[in-house]
This record gives sequence, C-alpha cells and structure tokens, in this order.
Amino acid sequence: MDMMPAMAEAPARRGARNATALADPAILRHALAEAVLKLDPRRLLRNPVIFVTEIVALLVTVLAIRSAVLGQAWSFGAAIALWLWLTVLFATFAEAVAEGRGRAQADSLRRARSEARAKLLLRPDERSLWQPRDATELRVGDHVLVEAGDLIPSDGEVVEGIASVNEAAVTGESAPVIRESGGDRSAVTGGTLVVSDWIVVRITAAPGSTFLDRMIALVEGAARQKTPNEIALDILLAGLTIVFLIAVATLVGLASWNGQPPSVPVLAALLVTLIPTTIGGLLSAIGIAGMDRLVRFNVLATSGRAVEAAGDVDVLLLDKTGTITLGNRQAAAFIPARGVAERDLAEAAALASLADETPEGRSVLLFARERHGIEARTLPAGAVVVPFTAQTRISGLDLPEGRFRKGAVDALLRSLGGEVPEGFREAVDRIARAGGTPLAVARDGRLLGAIELKDIVKPGIRARFDELRRMGIRTVMVTGDNRLTAAAIAAEAGVDDFIAEATPEDKLAYIRRVQGEGRLVAMAGDGTNDAPALAQADVGLAMQTGTQAAREAGNMVDLDSDPTKLIEVVEIGKQLLITRGALTTFSIANDVAKYFAILPAIFVASYPELGALNVMHLASPESAILSAVIFNALIIVALVPLALRGVRYVPIGAAALLRRNLLIYGLGGIAAPFLGIKLVDLLLHLIGVA
Amino acid sequence: MTLNGWAQIALVLALVVAAALPLGRYIAAISAGRVTFLAPIERLILGVGGIDPARGMGWRAYTLAMLAANATGFVLLYALLRLQGVLPFNPQGFAGLSPWLAFNTAVSFVTNTNWQAYSGESAMSYLSQMAGLGVQNFLSASTGIALALAVSRAFASGGLRDLGNFWADFTRITLYLLLPLAIALGIAFVAMGIPQTLAPYAEATTLEGGRQVIPLGPAAFQVAIKHLGTNGGGFFGANSAHPFEGPSALATALQIWAQAVIPFALALAFGHIVGDRRQGRALMLVMLGYVLLGTGLIYAAEAAGNPLHIAAGLDPAMGNMEGKEVRFGLALTALFTATTTGASCGAVNAMIDSFTPLGGLVPMFLIQLGEVLPGGVGSGLYGMLVFALLAVFVAGLMVGRTPEYLGKKVQAREVKLAMLAVLVLPATILGFAAVSLVLPAAIASIQEAGPHGLSEMLYAYTSAAGNNGSAFGGLTADTPWLNTTLGIAMLLGRFAYVVPVMAIAGAVAAKPKLAASSGTFPTHGPLFAGLLAGVILILGGLQFMPALALGPLAEHFVLLAGKTF
Repeated sequence: MDMMPAMAEAPARRGARNATALADPAILRHALAEAVLKLDPRRLLRNPVIFVTEIVALLVTVLAIRSAVLGQAWSFGAAIALWLWLTVLFATFAEAVAEGRGRAQADSLRRARSEARAKLLLRPDERSLWQPRDATELRVGDHVLVEAGDLIPSDGEVVEGIASVNEAAVTGESAPVIRESGGDRSAVTGGTLVVSDWIVVRITAAPGSTFLDRMIALVEGAARQKTPNEIALDILLAGLTIVFLIAVATLVGLASWNGQPPSVPVLAALLVTLIPTTIGGLLSAIGIAGMDRLVRFNVLATSGRAVEAAGDVDVLLLDKTGTITLGNRQAAAFIPARGVAERDLAEAAALASLADETPEGRSVLLFARERHGIEARTLPAGAVVVPFTAQTRISGLDLPEGRFRKGAVDALLRSLGGEVPEGFREAVDRIARAGGTPLAVARDGRLLGAIELKDIVKPGIRARFDELRRMGIRTVMVTGDNRLTAAAIAAEAGVDDFIAEATPEDKLAYIRRVQGEGRLVAMAGDGTNDAPALAQADVGLAMQTGTQAAREAGNMVDLDSDPTKLIEVVEIGKQLLITRGALTTFSIANDVAKYFAILPAIFVASYPELGALNVMHLASPESAILSAVIFNALIIVALVPLALRGVRYVPIGAAALLRRNLLIYGLGGIAAPFLGIKLVDLLLHLIGVA
Repeated sequence: MTLNGWAQIALVLALVVAAALPLGRYIAAISAGRVTFLAPIERLILGVGGIDPARGMGWRAYTLAMLAANATGFVLLYALLRLQGVLPFNPQGFAGLSPWLAFNTAVSFVTNTNWQAYSGESAMSYLSQMAGLGVQNFLSASTGIALALAVSRAFASGGLRDLGNFWADFTRITLYLLLPLAIALGIAFVAMGIPQTLAPYAEATTLEGGRQVIPLGPAAFQVAIKHLGTNGGGFFGANSAHPFEGPSALATALQIWAQAVIPFALALAFGHIVGDRRQGRALMLVMLGYVLLGTGLIYAAEAAGNPLHIAAGLDPAMGNMEGKEVRFGLALTALFTATTTGASCGAVNAMIDSFTPLGGLVPMFLIQLGEVLPGGVGSGLYGMLVFALLAVFVAGLMVGRTPEYLGKKVQAREVKLAMLAVLVLPATILGFAAVSLVLPAAIASIQEAGPHGLSEMLYAYTSAAGNNGSAFGGLTADTPWLNTTLGIAMLLGRFAYVVPVMAIAGAVAAKPKLAASSGTFPTHGPLFAGLLAGVILILGGLQFMPALALGPLAEHFVLLAGKTF
C-alpha cells in the first residue's frame, strides 16, 4: 500500500475551488427558466406528490376560468390556483437550483474533454509512426503517444515511458504528479495535461464513458437515479398522498349530510396543504446536493447508492501509514551504549544525519535540538557525504573531527565488526518490540548507541476516532507491521481493532467476515492488489493517484488521494440521510397546524360554532385557506438553502442526535406553521386582500 | 371526576400490567413450543390433521393456512346460523337467520369483530351461541395471536426462511392460553352471578302481577372468552350492560382486566421473542399511555356532563349518566369504554350513543387510530409493529443511517406494504361512510339529525373496519345495505390488513439482523415511545380529522352554543 503521504497532507480543504454561493444570480436565473420547463407533467411523474399538486392546480385553474367566463365569483379560485402553481414551480425550482450548481463545473470539465487531440500509434512499439485522431474516435486498446504539452486524450494505462502530468482539470491540484508504466501509478485520466517527457498510453475507456464523462454526468445530475432510500421515501410520500386524497374526496359525501359540500378550490387547498409537498418538492434537490457536496469535497461517487451506503457504514478500514500516522517514522529517543553519554550519542547522531534529507533524517536533527539543544550546523566545507544505498544501508558524514555513521543495526554492526557492547542487543530488541525502528550510530568505528524511530500518530486523529465510536462506527487499522508494532500504534491512536502483517487477502477476508456479521464496511485503497477488497467493501474509496484497477473497483474516487477523507465521506452520507429525515418529519408535522387553519374555515358555513377551532384567529375563512396555501408554497422556497446545504451533522450518538432533531424538526414542524400561517394572514389582512 | 374514580381506574390498570408481565413471558414460551403440559391432546389434534409442528411455513404458506382456517370457520358458522331452526339446543324455537344477517354475523365473528346486527336473546339458539359464536370467539382470537407471533418471530434473528407453523401456533394458543384462562374466568363469572344453563328462558310474575320472560342461557363461559379474546359479542343484546352479563362492579372490573390483559401481554411477549424485553416495554408504554389518555378524556367529558341537562336543573355533580349503569359509575364506564375500543374488543357496558359528543369522539378515534392501543389480541401487536416500522422510517433517517428496526433494515418493500396496510382503514371507513351518507337506502337507518347522525354512521364503519364490533347505537343496522357493506368492511379491516403485514413479516424474516451500535436508532425507552405515539396520531389519526370535525366536534360546539337538532 502506497498512500503517497506527501499528497495526503497538501490539499486538505480545497473544496473552495468549486464553491458557488447559494444565491449566485446566474445560476438562479438559469434555474428559474429550467424550473418552468420542468412543469411538463411527463417530467413530474417521477414525483407523485408534486404531480398531484399540478393536476389539482390545473383543475382549479380551469374552474376559475369557467367561473370568470360565466360571470361568477372567480377571484378566490384564481388566487388558490395561482398559489398552487407557485407550489409546483417552487418545487421544480428547488431541483433546478440544485442541478444548476453542478452545471458550471460540468462546463469547465467539458472544455477539457473537447480540446483533446490524439496521436494514434500505428504500431504500439513504434513511437515515431503516428497519425492525428480526434479523441472521440479512439477505441479501447488503441495506443497513443502523449508528449509534453499534449492533453491525454482518454483514460488509459501507461505502457511505456514516464512523465509528469498536471491533473488540475480533474483534481483541481496544479502540482504535477508522476505517471509511469508498471507499478501503482500507471493510470492516466483523459483531459489531463502532460507537462514534461512523454508516455505511451493504452486506451482503456470507450468514448463517452471516460472518467471525465462520468464526472460530467455526475455533477450535472444527468445520470442520477433514485437511490434505494429515496425510492422507499417516495413510496411513503405517495402513500400519504393517497391517504389524504381519500380523506378529502370523501369529505364531499360526509359534508353533504348537513349542508353543502365545500367548493373544489377549497378542497384542493385542503388536499395540497395536507399532502407532503414540502419534502416532495425538496427530495430530489436534497439528493443532488448530497452528491454535489461530495464533488465539492473532491470525491466522486459512482452512484447516489454509494453515498447512502457511506452513511450506513459500521466499520472503517484505515491504512496506518498516511491515514493514522504521519507518513514517516520520526526519532523519539536516543539509547546510548554502555559507557557513552547520551549527549555524545545525540551529537554524533545529529552529525551523521546532517546531510540526510529524508524525513527520518530531519527528525533526528529536530529531536537532537529539542532534547539536547544541539543546533544543526551548516555542512562544513571539506565534509564528505556518505549516501544511503540499498546495499550498505548505512549513511553518514566524514568530517575532520571524525567519521559519523548511522544505519540499520545489523548492517552497521557488521561493518564495525568486533564486540557488541553488553546490553545493546537487548535495548535494540526492546525498541522493535514496542513498535519502533532502531538505528545504530557509530563514530570512528565505535558504536555509540541507537536512535529509536517511531511512528507518529497524527494529531487529533484519536479524537476523530472517539467521535466515530460515539456514532457507532468501529475503526480498524490495517498495517504491514508485525503484531507487536501494530498493537502499540493501535493503542496509541485509539482504534478499535487492527490487522497486522496485512496482505490484500487478509483485508478481503476481514471485510467478508465483518459483512457476514451484518455490518457495512468502508475502506480506501490505491494499488491493484487493493482492487478485490475495494470491490468487496460497501464503500470503496479509490485514490485518484492509484491504478486503473483500483479506480474501477471502488465506488468512489478521491481526487485529492487523501485516505483520511473516508471519515468525511461517511459524515456526508449521514448528513444526506439526516437532511431527508428532518425535512420529512418537518413536512408531516406541519399538517397539524394546517388542519387548525383550514377545517374551521371550511365548515364554518355549516356549523358557525366550529369557529371555536380557529385558534389562530385568522381573519376570514378565505384568508385562512389562502394563508395555509401560501405558507405551504413559501416554506418550500424557505427550506431550499437547508436542503442544499444539508442539516448540520453533529457526532453525539444516535440517541442524542434523534432527540435533538426530533425537537427541532418534529416539534418545530408542529409549531412553525402556526406562526407562519398567522403571519401570512396578518399580511393579507394588512394589504386588504382579505 | 373523583379521587375514588381515579383510584378504581389505577387499580384495574395496575392489575392488568401486573398480570401482563408473567403472561407475556408465558406467551413467548408458547411461541417457542416450550409449553407442553397438554402435549398428548396437542399431538392428537395435530395428528388428525397430519400436521408436523416442526415444519415451518413461509409467509405465503402461513397466510394461506390462516385464510383456509378462517374460510372454513365462516362457511360452518354461516350454515349453522341459517339452519339453527332445525338444529337442537333451541328451546325458544328461533328460526334461521336471513342471508344478509347470517353473512354479516358470520363475517363478524370470524374477523374477531363481533359486530351484532341482532340481539342474542331474541335471535340465537343455544347451539348457535355455543358451537357457532363461542367456538369462533376462540378461533378468531387464536388466529390473531398466531399471526402476531409469526410477525414477532420475523424480527427475532436474521436470514429466517420461515415464520413457524400456523396450525401448531393456532392449536397451542387455543390449548395453552385461551382455554385455561377462559375456564378460570368463566367459573369466576358463574360465581358472580352470570348464568350458565341450557334451561329455557324463565317466566316470572312481577310484583304488579304482570308476566315477564327472563332470558337465560350458557352465558358465563361465552362472556369469559368474549373479553379474553377481545371479541366483544354480547350473549345478550345489551352486552355487558345487561344485568346477567355485567352483574356487578367487580364483574365489570374483571371484564376490563380480561379484555386488556392479552393485548398488553403480547407486546411484552414480543420483547421476549426478539430477545430484548425493553422493546416490548416501549410498545406497551405507548398502549398504556393512550388508554390512560382516552380514559381520562372520556371520564372528564362525561363528568362535565351535558350543559343542556345542567341548564334544565340536573345535579351537575352527577355528570352525564344517560345510558350508563349506576352500578358501574362514570370511572369504570370510562375505563371500560376506552379499553373496549382501544383493545378492539367491542363489548360495551354503556350506550356510547348517549355519551357527550367528546366522550363519544374518544372511543371512535381510538378505533380509527388503527386498533393498536392496545388493539385486539394479536392484531394490536402487529398493527403496532406497522406503526413502529413507519416511525423508524420517518424519523430514523434523522440519525444518519438507513432506518432499521431491531436490526432489520426498513426499505422500499416494507414501506410499501406498511402504507398499503395503513390505507385500509381510511379507505374503508371514510369511503363507506361517505357513500352511506348520500345513499337514501342507508340514510334511512340513521335515527338522529345533525352531526350526531353522521357520528352514528361513521362509528358503524369505524367499528366494522377496525374489527371492534362495538355499536354507537342509534343505527338500524339489520338492513341489506348495512349488513353487506359492514360485512365487507370487516373483511377488509381484517384480511386486507393482515396480508400486507404478513408480507412484511416474510420480507423482514429473510433480512440479516444487523448488530446494534451507538449509531443505531434506539427503539426502546421513552424517546421512541413518544415518537411512536406521535406517529400513530399523525399517520393513523389526522386523516379522520375532517370527518370528526363534521361529527362529534361539530356536535360538541353546537351543544355548547345550546343548539339541538
């Protein structure tokens, strides 16, 4: 597993690049036009609640026109009709706004795609023989040459060469990355730019199905299908609509027992205010916004289903290196050999590391300064650097005052020969057992002691794991280290479990076992050997820097290649579900107040005494009914920002979260319309409509 | 309202809960096949039918077996009622019932409704009472409980292939639960003065020298199962208000206990079956809360009395005693009425027609809420589980996970079936009531003008569709239109509801049971109980508000204004 630790820290929160304000006027203008087009009943069929609202609006409109033609009173019917149409329009507008926010991104992506021209190789092994081709004409299996300054025409695998590639078109990150044949960095993405050298790429994606195409479809919401949870919620809303259709339709018979049945506009008003138009109107916007949040976070999900699954995850498999610990081991202690002062060892270690530019080497210098106040000198003239090689596994510096060396314990001891000081072996073993790596230090052929290198757990990660635990999510650390090392780091980081000496097969087996217990698993991975586990996991977050196989196997791709993001992905999934639940609860709870507004208004003609139920003291029956309908329409618009932004997610445990949200959206949903309807009624009264 | 009255209510409910605790554990043991003290009889019965009790049935097979058993019961009962004139044990020489009435009555007793468009003492032979109605009282109750146990088991563990064996459940519940309790209760009722005899009606000379016929019959044991099985069909026309069917306040208290104890115990049995007693307790808490609330509302409305009576000079301290038994008083009548309608029993010890408008609204609303508070034996529990699934689905999303109930994910299929079940009551009640209020043939049955007349019709279909069986009164129900449509309403309320519920059980049983964590929506404890109570009110009750506004609510405010019709 290679997680490219340097990448992991760099682009922490670059979501801002796509950030579009909620009220971007251009988007709103476009959305308004789109909202009108969406009024087409065939397009509304997907949304039963709003579809019924539109049919009812149509009916009331026709009746109002008829009344006007016949010279009867028509203004009340027309007012109801107007607000019913606005209800539908607000719902389509919410969806259009949500879609519009993705469109700007899609447009810039599309430009990158359309500009690409390919150099198609006639023979894969002959770089000089190529002919120009349009990117859209490339077939899977074609070989193309991409040289410095060229856009990579389509997704593929590097089969020859090495190049640095600017992937800003996809990731937003302008620092170039290395792409080379073989290994885990062979995948290239269409639309990205080769900035130096050349590569030969074998095309792996058919035109129209490249990563960039998928991304465009995703951000535009074109490929959007209803997720399982959305389908279930749609059924609930359709069921409620039928229930209230029955309640309102039968009212005609019931009310005629004692007096006249209410007029059609009044019944229409009652029906539309009772059916869950609020959540019905916002449901698809919530879904689109959820995907969009993920995209802004530089994570692409192949489907909404994957985002929902993220909310359900019970177990997170996290790689140790780069996710739980900082990418590199760091010096944590000096252990002098018998008869050596610790400060002497520290000085020798610092000098031996003076020319060592690796993070480990830097950490030795840093630690020597922190612990013993040894300032790093500038490299003196005449110093001879002994570089680290895989053969010697020793590095150091030759200075006039001595020869300083550090290296792997066995390698250095072998080069020194002679006696090993008493107790040194034991000390070195102790370091290894505790999860560290010992480095031996010598001066002029004399062993001075050892440096203990340790994995450093990322600051703040323990608190994150505690948070996850409160939400019922177990964290599992995956590492190639031996059990002892793994256990030590696991305890320090506060994960719930770990897999030591993990092979890809171990990971797959672990995922299968946990899934067998009825839990959902999420993991991040980038290598080809991660692919089976990524495919098996319920949420597989592949790294953009990873191989094509890994990217195909996962159901999400992180463009920043930061495995830590798995945690945020889970939170975004939860937020999506919470938003849906909160607005559903709010919408249904609204009905109570609407009854108190409309029922007395409807029946007050037959039974004037029912006016006692008019607890809001609305001005007149007409204004009461109109106020309820207006409130019902406006609440959709008022909640659009919440639907797009999502309800705030706080990791406080399910029981506390439920109590909090029930209080806000349940009780709030009961109380809000009482205030809102009264307010609208007052305004109507004030401007003299009622 | 008096302290004494509340003490009576508290005492009876305390006895219900106290008995429900061990009974719940016992029912769970029956469900698991661990109760065997009548094993030879059980083996004999199942052996005759060639049933292997260990062979499980999927939801379809289980439902079909249940439907077959009930269809057979219907045919036999219908034939018996039609032919009672030529059959023995008919000392009063009653003729066979009309086809309409026989259909209505047979449906009524098969569906555990016990709506009675007849009066027992002037229409039913002793054979019809014992072998017909009495037997169905047991079998419809066993059917309901068997279904509830099957549904409960679906939540118990993951990947279940079957829900148990219907015939084994059906037999064991009758044998181990209903028969022993009914025998004990029957003996107690005999001791309290309810007749149990095959002798013909007694003839007596009154003090004034007039002749009076006093109806008798094998009543005590039938009254026992009538309450235990939440059937509610009275032996006599006046039901538990008849001095032979409700001889004393003690007998009334015992009847309240009997009609509430099994539904409450089943909620607790559910907890035992799914291996988490807190789950059962939460459901029972909701049931108990509503029963208390309903009782309090009826009690308060009736104690406040009728303003017109008070204006005419009646003692306001008496409350509204019209149509109530002085022997029972307001408190026990309020509790009786709330439990009989909440529990889908349908026995009555007072004329609900004579209640104040609000006092009459509460029992009607308790039925409309879905007969889950605590609901009929079995039907109360599975109805409650439908609401629990919907509550979990609506609000459960707010914890940020796909909703799950007891480790079973609530997905599109369950929501669809639950909504289908929830649709049955409003469609049947409001549909039939609306048609009947414009159809001249139906309107002729209504006695009262004004909103009270609407309440009478609304209550009839509410009672039928809710499989309650209690009558508001004031409605001439023995007409072809009402007999037929009420019969259809009863069938829909029972079987159109239970088939989707069993389909839910089938879907739920097959699902894996997910392990609970601190991220799981907690479905025990007061928070969930409150949520469930709210969902029952909003999803089960709101659709009836317009109808109720035109009936009892309108009547209430009109009455306050001093107007009559």
